[in-house]
Amino acid sequence: MNFRNVGIVYRKELTEWLRDKRTLISTVVVPLLAFPLLILGFSYLAVSLIGKAEKEAPKIMILGGQDSPQVLSVLSKLKDIEIVPYSSDWKTQISEKQIRAAVDVPEGFQAALERGAEKTVKIYFYEGELKSSIGAGHVEKSLKDYRDEVIKDRLATKNISASVLKPFDIKQENVAPPEKVSGAAFGGFIGYMVILLCMTGAIYPAIDLTAGEKERGTMETILSSPISRMHLVLGKFLLVLTAALATAALSVLSMGTSFAVMRNLGISAQSGRGEAAALLLHLGPKPVALIFTMALPLAVLFASALMTIALFAKTYKEAQSYLTPMTFLVVIPAVASLLPGVELTPKLALVPILSTSLVCKEIIAGTYHWNSMAAIFASSCIYAAAALFIAVKMFQRESVLFRS
Amino acid sequence: MIEARGLSKRFQDKKRGEIRAVDNVSFTCQPGKIYGLLGANGAGKTTTLRMLATILEPTDGTAIVCGHDVVEQPEKVRANVGFLSTATALYPRLTAQELVEYFGRLNGLDEPTLKKRVDDIFNRLDMNGFRDRRCDKLSTGMKQKTSIARTLVHDPPVMIFDEPTTGLDVMTARTIITFISDCRERGKAIIFSTHIMSEVERLCDHIGIIHDGKLLADGTVPELRAKYAEHNLEEIIVKVVGPQSSN
Repeated sequence: MNFRNVGIVYRKELTEWLRDKRTLISTVVVPLLAFPLLILGFSYLAVSLIGKAEKEAPKIMILGGQDSPQVLSVLSKLKDIEIVPYSSDWKTQISEKQIRAAVDVPEGFQAALERGAEKTVKIYFYEGELKSSIGAGHVEKSLKDYRDEVIKDRLATKNISASVLKPFDIKQENVAPPEKVSGAAFGGFIGYMVILLCMTGAIYPAIDLTAGEKERGTMETILSSPISRMHLVLGKFLLVLTAALATAALSVLSMGTSFAVMRNLGISAQSGRGEAAALLLHLGPKPVALIFTMALPLAVLFASALMTIALFAKTYKEAQSYLTPMTFLVVIPAVASLLPGVELTPKLALVPILSTSLVCKEIIAGTYHWNSMAAIFASSCIYAAAALFIAVKMFQRESVLFRS
Repeated sequence: MIEARGLSKRFQDKKRGEIRAVDNVSFTCQPGKIYGLLGANGAGKTTTLRMLATILEPTDGTAIVCGHDVVEQPEKVRANVGFLSTATALYPRLTAQELVEYFGRLNGLDEPTLKKRVDDIFNRLDMNGFRDRRCDKLSTGMKQKTSIARTLVHDPPVMIFDEPTTGLDVMTARTIITFISDCRERGKAIIFSTHIMSEVERLCDHIGIIHDGKLLADGTVPELRAKYAEHNLEEIIVKVVGPQSSN
């Protein structure tokens, strides 16, 4: 093995890579600018939209209830809603967002209540529409409060204590440290992002260094030099690996900073991302180093596999059409690890991508199963070595290099 | 010295089955001589030259280049060969100097030797005006000079040129022809393929005419003229490959 030649190829590829505008966009600009803008922009938008919806007094229509003045009085006292007069096209008005909800008080409701008979008050709303849900929620809460009052009055009339309905309390209490709680909730997401970014970061250089070289006509130039094809492919592979890891590292750094900014601006608490922010802020060097260590063989696997596939293509476009579907092969097992109930088992430890994603989840939650980690690292290394071996072999096949 | 010994190359084609791109081709080229390989498009010239440069591996036969076997010692062969063709492009994001240095390093030159060699070549080819300019910003002539510098940086004893002037303007083509002639003066063994007969007459000491992968004629220009009773080289080629092939 001539490491000098591998190093010469790597340095040259690195120089060209750093001078490529597309590289700067995919590896530096997207992670460092696009992620913060997307995270902050969407969070700000979500917070402002929810806030605006909550501030608006939803228009509610009451259907019937003329013989039930008490319930009408309860509803009319609600400050958060605006009661509008009855109209027969109330369903259309809800669908067209002219009113947010309608309350159907059945005929003889108050009389039935006094008799102790059961009647149902219906709330009609537009499912999936935020402002309609908020309006329906206000109405439901006030009616539940009214129902509780009625129950209390009935019990008082019969000299029964209200506690008879609640003989004992049940309370859940978390004993896990906050970082483990947020790790369980968001740990999978971070592992998933690192894995996915290792893949996406490798795609462009893998194409550029294989099909791109064929298309530009530089493949024959380099093949006429004395460097062996193994050294050539290893030098190229190291650059693709560098790109994959750099993209993942810059992206994680950028996301962490974005969440931190969000937290300081007070956006996170309202948008439900507070835990993610807290998690990223509390991640120490140990879990970060371990995640990247576990992701390393996976990045090697991606770099080798993508180069091998892209080498079959004659042009950049053809390579893109081969590699785009590959993203799904990575996304599916990575997403599977985020599903509730999917946990690391000895069998799953052998499934590439899924096992790494699962172990990242555990690392972030502060659980270090060293035996499982070693097994996953070893199995990923075997897959990575096999992929690298195939890549080297493919570079030695004339039918692949000079496919016409 | 270059010695092709029964070089053959077969490809498998899904539609046409086995294709014999080069079939049992043998010839020799001595140092300080230029061997011209002539033939129509698809005759097997490029495949032959690629096998000599070890870019492709022969299916049968072999070639000895500077004492090294192209099958057994391909890396040693490449270290002794400068290969230039219309398909050997330049890395667009490297400067002319970086590109030449890159190939110098791949050829095992140490840094002091490389610097001296690069300065010498850049002076000789009058390239100092664009040595720090990126290859994608160079004119066609500048690119050809950079390609020449790339093939020369390790001072190889053997040069292989595959249609090096195709598509070039008169001035750029002239630079290449002068360069090839200069290589002969320096004692290099040169294989040269072209479609331009004036270049053949001006440069080649020996000629091989290849058709359908087979070497049908081999000799010096006067020998071929005498054998086929024809002065015009184009007419000699037509006589060798048969009139039906000219259609």
